[in-house]
Amino acid sequence: MKLSLGPITYFWSKDKTLEFYEQVAKSPVDIVYLGETICSKRAVIRFSDWMEIGERLAAAGKEVVMSTMTLLEAESELKMMRRICENGKFMVEANDIGAIHLMQGRPFVTGPSVNVYNQRTLAKLAKVGLRRWVFPVELSEETFADMQDERPEGVESEIFAYGRLPLAYSARCFTARAHNLPKDDCDYKCGEFPDGMTLSAQDETRFLSLNGIQTQSAHTFNVLSELDELRSLEVDVLRISPQSEHTMEVIEAFHNAMQGKETPEAAAARLNEKMPIGPCDGYWHGKPGISDSLLDNYK
Amino acid sequence: MDRAAEMGFDALIAADIGVLDYACNRWPDLNLHLSVQGSATNYEAIRFFHENFGINRVVVPRVLSLPQVKHVVENSPVSIEVSGFGSLCVMVEGRCLLSSYATGESPNTFGACSPASAVEWRETDKGLETRLGGILIETVEKGENAGYPTICKARFEVGGNTFHAIEEPTSLNTMEMLPELQKAGIAAVKIEGRQRSPVYVKQVTRVWRAALDACAKDPEHFKPKTEWLAELAKVSEGSQTTFGAYHRPWQ
Repeated sequence: MKLSLGPITYFWSKDKTLEFYEQVAKSPVDIVYLGETICSKRAVIRFSDWMEIGERLAAAGKEVVMSTMTLLEAESELKMMRRICENGKFMVEANDIGAIHLMQGRPFVTGPSVNVYNQRTLAKLAKVGLRRWVFPVELSEETFADMQDERPEGVESEIFAYGRLPLAYSARCFTARAHNLPKDDCDYKCGEFPDGMTLSAQDETRFLSLNGIQTQSAHTFNVLSELDELRSLEVDVLRISPQSEHTMEVIEAFHNAMQGKETPEAAAARLNEKMPIGPCDGYWHGKPGISDSLLDNYK
Repeated sequence: MDRAAEMGFDALIAADIGVLDYACNRWPDLNLHLSVQGSATNYEAIRFFHENFGINRVVVPRVLSLPQVKHVVENSPVSIEVSGFGSLCVMVEGRCLLSSYATGESPNTFGACSPASAVEWRETDKGLETRLGGILIETVEKGENAGYPTICKARFEVGGNTFHAIEEPTSLNTMEMLPELQKAGIAAVKIEGRQRSPVYVKQVTRVWRAALDACAKDPEHFKPKTEWLAELAKVSEGSQTTFGAYHRPWQ
C-alpha cells in the first residue's frame, strides 16, 4: 500500500508552499499531487513554478501528479487545464469531467470530486484511460468493497484517508462574503485562513470550514484506525490532505502504522490532537459524515 | 431505464456516467439529456458526454454568469437548458455533499437534499428551532417565516458574527432576464417541479408559457407583467428572489 499527499486546498504564500514541499521531498510519501484545485484567482504560484516543484519532488523519488481545477467556469480556467493536461512530463489528476475529455486515450487519475459511484462508471472510465481513481468521500466501506470486486484490470484504488473533507463548490466565495466583499474584489482574504474559516451551527457544533469557493468539513476525516481492513480490501493508495500545521507528523503516523512500528489505533488516536478541530469518520461507516465511530459527541 | 425506454418517452434525463453508458448501449435510439446533477459547467465536459453517450441536451449548473452561459452555448455541440425558476442551489449541483455530511443522505446517494426524515422542528421560548441530523441550523422568532431547512440557507456563526454565511432563504427567478437568455441561445428554461404540487406546476408553467411567448414575439419590449409576478410570488418560498450566479455581483 502506498501513501499519497493530495493537493494543497488552501491559499498559502509561495514561501510557505515551497518550504512545505521541501519537507515533503524528505518525507515517506510515495505520490504527490500538485497544483491549485480550488480558485483560479490564487495565482501566486505559476504553472512553471509547479513544474519546478514537481521536478524537485521527482528527483527525490516521488511520483508526481499534476491536479486540475475542480469547478471550471471561465475560458481562462480551461486554458490552464489544457496546459496541465499537455504538461508532457507528469500524470494528470482530473478533478472535472472536462479534464477527462482532454485526457481521453491517455493515462489519468480521477480526484475525489469526479463522481465514480458505481462499477459501470469505473469500467467506462477505465476504457478511456483511467489508471487510478479516488473513491468519493461520501460513500461507505460497503460500497467500496462492492466496487473493488469488479475493479477493471490495471486500475488502482485510492482512498481519501485523512483531512478535512471536500464537501461543496460554489460560484460564490464564502470567505469574501464573510468579510462583506464581492468575489471580484476579494482582497485574497482566504490567504489569512490557512485551514479555512470555521463555521459553527447555532448549538455551537463546529460544522464546516469555508475555504474560498469550497466548503469543507470542520472535522478531519481519518480512517487510519481501519488500516487492517483497508489492507484486506486491497486499497492501493491512502491519501493525506495537507493542513497548515503537523502534516509531516500525520505522514509519519501513517507511515509508522503501515510499517508496523505502531498500531493503527495508537497512531490514529495520536492524530486527534493534530487536527484543527477533531476527528470524524462517519461516511466510511455509512453514517452522516460528521459522526465519529469513537466519539459520541462531535461538538 | 428499460421500462422508460420501452414506454417510448420523448427523452430521458440522467446524470451518472454508468447509467448513461448503459442507456446508450442498450437503447441507442434513446434521446438522452444530461441532468444538472451531471455537473457539466464547461463545454469540455459537455463534449465528453456528447462524444461518449450521444446526449442531445445539457442542463447547466447554477454557477455560471450570463456571459459564461453564452460562451458555453457558443462552444457546445448540443443545446443548453438553464434553470429559470425555483429553488436556488448555491453549490455546483452533483458535487454538493453538505446534506449527507449532516444526515447521511445527499442528492448523489438518495436523490434528495435535506431529507424530511432528518428534519426536526421544536417550539421553544427562543422561537422555532430547526435541526437537521440533530444539528441546530436555524432559530426563527414567532411570526417569522420558516422555509424548508437546507444547510446552505441557514444562519451560522463565522468569525464572531451570526448570519446567512452561505445564502439567504431566497429562490431563483430569471423572468426579467428572458430576452438576454433568448439572445444567448438558450434552448429551454427549466422550471423546478420536483416535490411540488400539481397546483404549483399548473400555475407556474402557465405564467412561464405566457412569458416565453411574449418574449419570443417582442423581445425588445419584453417586461414581466405585474400579474405574472404576483402569481409567481404566491407560490415562491420566502419573499426574496434572485438572479443567482447569472448576475456577477451575487458571486
